[in-house]
Amino acid sequence: MSTAEIVARCQALFDDLDFTSVRAWKDAEPGRKVIGYLPVYVPREIIHAAGMLPVGILGGGDQLEVIHGDAYYQSYICRIPRSTIELGVTGRLAALDGMLFPSICDVIRNLSGIWKLMFGDKYARYFDVPQNYEDEIGGKFYAHELGEFRRDLERLAGRAITDDDLRRSIEVYNENRRAVADLYDFRADEPWKAASSEVYLVLRAGMVLPVEEHTRLIRDYIEAARTEDRPLRDNCRVVVTGVFCEQPPLGLIKSIEMAGCYIVDDDFMLVTRWLLDDVPTEGDPLDNLARAFLHHSNETAAKYQPDAKRKGAYLVESVRRNRAEGVIFAAPSFCDPALLDRPMLQHALADHNIPYTAFKYAENSGQMQPIREQAGTFADSIKLWSA
Amino acid sequence: MRCFIGIDLGSTTTKAMVLDENCVVLGRGITNSRSNYDIASEVAKQEAIVNTRLNLMRRALGRLDALEGRVDAFLGRLERDFRLEQFLEQLADLERTCRERVSGDRFAGLEGATTEALAEVFRRLRDEAPAMFAPGAKRRSDFFRDIAGSRYLAVGETVAKEAGLSFDLMLNVYDRAIIEVENRIVGDTMQATVTRALDRALAAMPDLASAADEVRAEIAGALAVELEETYVIGTGYGRARLPFSKEHIRSEILCHGLGAHIMCPETRTVLDIGGQDTKAIQVDADGIVESFQMNDRCAAGCGRYLGYIADEMNVGLHELGPMAMKATRSVRINSTCTVFAGAELRDRLALGEKREDILAGLHRAIILRAMSLLSRSGGIRDQFTFTGGVANNEAAVRALEDLVRENYGDVTLNINPDSIFTGALGAATFARRAVAS
Amino acid sequence: MTSKQATARTVQKEESMLRQKAMIADNFTRLSRAKEEGRKVASTFVPGNLNELLMCFDFARNFPEINSLQLGMRKKTGRLIMEAERAGHSEDVCTYVKSDLGMMAQGNIGPTGEPLPKPDVLLLSYTGCFTFMKWFELVREQYGSETIMLHVPYQGDGVITENMRDYVVTQLKDEVIPALERISGVKFDIDRLREYMRESAKAEEDLVWVLQSAKNKPSPIDAYFGAVYYVGPIFSAFRGTPEATDYYRVLRGEIEERLRLGLGPITPEGEMGEERYRLVVEGPPNWTSFRDFWKMFYSEGAVVVASTYAKVGGVYDFGFRHDPDHPIESLAEYCLGCYTNLNLPTRADMLARYIEDYEADGLLINSIKSCNSFGAGQLLLLREVEGRTGKPGAFIETDLVDPRYFSAANVKNRLESYFQMIDQKKGRATATEGAAA
Repeated sequence: MSTAEIVARCQALFDDLDFTSVRAWKDAEPGRKVIGYLPVYVPREIIHAAGMLPVGILGGGDQLEVIHGDAYYQSYICRIPRSTIELGVTGRLAALDGMLFPSICDVIRNLSGIWKLMFGDKYARYFDVPQNYEDEIGGKFYAHELGEFRRDLERLAGRAITDDDLRRSIEVYNENRRAVADLYDFRADEPWKAASSEVYLVLRAGMVLPVEEHTRLIRDYIEAARTEDRPLRDNCRVVVTGVFCEQPPLGLIKSIEMAGCYIVDDDFMLVTRWLLDDVPTEGDPLDNLARAFLHHSNETAAKYQPDAKRKGAYLVESVRRNRAEGVIFAAPSFCDPALLDRPMLQHALADHNIPYTAFKYAENSGQMQPIREQAGTFADSIKLWSA
Repeated sequence: MRCFIGIDLGSTTTKAMVLDENCVVLGRGITNSRSNYDIASEVAKQEAIVNTRLNLMRRALGRLDALEGRVDAFLGRLERDFRLEQFLEQLADLERTCRERVSGDRFAGLEGATTEALAEVFRRLRDEAPAMFAPGAKRRSDFFRDIAGSRYLAVGETVAKEAGLSFDLMLNVYDRAIIEVENRIVGDTMQATVTRALDRALAAMPDLASAADEVRAEIAGALAVELEETYVIGTGYGRARLPFSKEHIRSEILCHGLGAHIMCPETRTVLDIGGQDTKAIQVDADGIVESFQMNDRCAAGCGRYLGYIADEMNVGLHELGPMAMKATRSVRINSTCTVFAGAELRDRLALGEKREDILAGLHRAIILRAMSLLSRSGGIRDQFTFTGGVANNEAAVRALEDLVRENYGDVTLNINPDSIFTGALGAATFARRAVAS
Repeated sequence: MTSKQATARTVQKEESMLRQKAMIADNFTRLSRAKEEGRKVASTFVPGNLNELLMCFDFARNFPEINSLQLGMRKKTGRLIMEAERAGHSEDVCTYVKSDLGMMAQGNIGPTGEPLPKPDVLLLSYTGCFTFMKWFELVREQYGSETIMLHVPYQGDGVITENMRDYVVTQLKDEVIPALERISGVKFDIDRLREYMRESAKAEEDLVWVLQSAKNKPSPIDAYFGAVYYVGPIFSAFRGTPEATDYYRVLRGEIEERLRLGLGPITPEGEMGEERYRLVVEGPPNWTSFRDFWKMFYSEGAVVVASTYAKVGGVYDFGFRHDPDHPIESLAEYCLGCYTNLNLPTRADMLARYIEDYEADGLLINSIKSCNSFGAGQLLLLREVEGRTGKPGAFIETDLVDPRYFSAANVKNRLESYFQMIDQKKGRATATEGAAA
């Protein structure tokens, strides 16, 4: 398959707000179940081990008009919860048997309660992760939470989830994580071959496809893109951060690229890259997942950084590792995690003389001209003025 | 005759409504709002009283055989002449006041020239006035300030040029005079004004000469009816306090809900998109408010949004609707923030989109905001009444119809051309209810 | 005692009011002198406030939320917020945080004009609010203070599970207490903690009595504006002190007296008149226009009989008391039970229950622009509670300490409409009763 074909398929999945592919998967065999989840991270392995399909819900995007969803939120709250409710009340999420709301911020937290009140017949769980990273404290709490989650899914599935089921799922997701890591490495090495707007769509496909299929898709894309003869441009290399929850329109990603930037790292769909290394497949699988979370996971605004000296280090390290020249802070309007964290991250960058620029967006932002201008000016300033 | 009066102090216009004790509408008045709420309120009320008298005259004249089939034509004529006389009176006041303002250093040595120029300007304004009030004449506005202002600017510029005078001087006297003139409450000289108008009207309709005495008698009778202001209720909100005591105030939301109910008794949901705020109101079978949501901070979703767009596109506000109706494809406008609406508009034009299509998209955007508010207030229940200035915009109405149908199915949508008086009607009704029969 | 004598006594400030004022002022003085007196300072939050524990280590207690709200009441936060925004903090984030950062940037002068000390430890009680995590990361960045994270899990399913309790207990035992020992140099004495908690329980008992006195008609207290003063001591540096216990004893005595005399709540302008509306209020108050905001209620005879804000630092009216026999477990239970840590269905139940138990006319929600913890979901709460109780609800929008987001006209308009809505509903009920009689 050519990159164009792969991307076209991913675009179709991305555009489909009716989740047709999810319905098709569900209808293919009786008894199949689907569990939706919001950003940033849930252990998809457990869902997979239950024989269920985990589906990442990222709001309605810029093609969804929100009419009913607005009844639930004041104007000074971000758009993702209202478009998610819109998806819910218009029946587009009918195929979902449950929803997970990770502990990312108070809006998503409270959305779990709204979901319970509005869709009481479906499974809805607030998924808490520890902010304490000691094995015996946070780890113990988290392992127990994972255990509860497993029991919930067993009840839903009507069968037990064995440790072997979990180990197999962990291996499958390890593979997916490796594929994503390879994809990101590829893009960082040869960004002209892997346009971010394409990589984004490939990653989004992973929100609705069965993971095995997604892993194949990623590998196919890398292979196809590698052989493409795409022109090298004198673009500046940037890291984009803040986009871990409410998504910008695809046009915004394209605009950044059009403005002369290669995105060499970002925090899109962190769930696919949350655990940084392979999770061991020997031993107690839930313990392994818990330990992986505590000691080998990524960093983001919603996660407490206990070491003051390390605040923002992950961003600096990403810039170094990916040979980026600057950082673009793109946050959704009203996003507490991204906006509160921003000044601290900017200080860390400033300490290392890494240039940055910042703006806000909404998932349905309409005009890209200001973004192009800002990103373009930023790219120019780096190219012209950096030592 | 017992009269129950409701006065609605809006941000752009002030409305008044007069009801009789059976809640039948006797008269309505509207004026542009002023910074002085007392005056705005008084002027609106007077306009309503004038309108009441004209309606009483209509009833009286209806009794005359001589005018059978021609009452409307005659009364139409009479009212136009009455308005013309009113205008001329205020114009004379403006002229006097402007002349008084020709003083101070900036006029040094030029007092004579300025005074002459002024005289010429007002002569021309007086001459052209009758045409403005002729049948079928289209006026930019019905308010003295708007009409006089725009004509003064146009004529004044020409005269100044002819006289070799700086137009700034003419502007200066006008600016210093207009507010005073506008806020001058003329005493009840309706009698005199009507008499002059009547003379004009009868002069212009010689075939009524034989009935002239009867007509004068009926008119005099209508003017003589005592209009007792039994109870007044004021509504509207602003930073300053309303010029009424507490028992004479009702919230504008309640007045609006009740007014909508009076206009269409089956109303259960009301949407009012005004110039400065938008209200979504749920009322029960008696017109009493059950819940409401307001957008009174953000310009998006209010008439103001369209005002910005009109300015951006350099067209008149009233032209937006018709232009949008000519759209051939839908353009999705995502920014509902007025700050960005202009930017998004320019972006689209630059991308080659047609103005008409963009406008259609913008109308849908403003209505989408209204839909949100309605959602928050409890949804749209049958019947649904749409009021406020934006209700006169056909593109907005169409966008609303589409969105209501798509999301709520078959709901009866009521739009009353007099919806600008909804608040005043509700207030007047409260005034009636405040007094025991 | 005649009501006139009662009035004479109450125009002068109530003893409890003077005491609580002095206590809070003293705490600021203590804080400003902490360094020179060799005392260590701990900063922490109101929800999940472990005052008793901190006292075991002789820490002076600093509450940045209290600092921000006190600065807000003194109208100093507008400038501070702008300072923080100039330094790069977003317009969209919590204004308590920005006030605090602005204050720090301008010399860390507290609400009383006395300087606040650099904290020796930040006890990040991560309870009920995401912003707390970032707030202390920001303060930590500023001062380099050691920060102790106490993760209090959210009651996602509306229950406190054993896992949740154990997690908090383990953190307390294995991380919080050892760290506090190390930083303070004071050895932990669990009996000392028990003693403090014994005092807390006594104070809680009296506070709950006071809050529940609002079930009477007329209510002798205002459970929102008035309660802000009542919960001051228990939500901040005083829970567990004999001083606080005494304060609540005195307060209870005062309210018992008011009840005996059939008096309504005391207001800044003396006795309120007739109790006309009984409201349950959800959401924090506005601080920058606190007095004006309160006046909009009592001038209409509106009294708040129950509020959820008065539970933000601990929910005591459903039976929870600090338990000296199981001190650490009890601290965990206390944190987990704070209002903002409750899930939305629980909050809906609580509000509906308050409406019934306190015989309220309806629910009023004050939505705070910069607080998502309270705010996200309030529109659903409004409809849920309206649906369950059949009583009307209203929605107003303000902010904590950013004066740009308090529009008096806007708020007054909505409040007055709401009061009139309640009147209309009651009025009709009365008419029906009269007709049936």
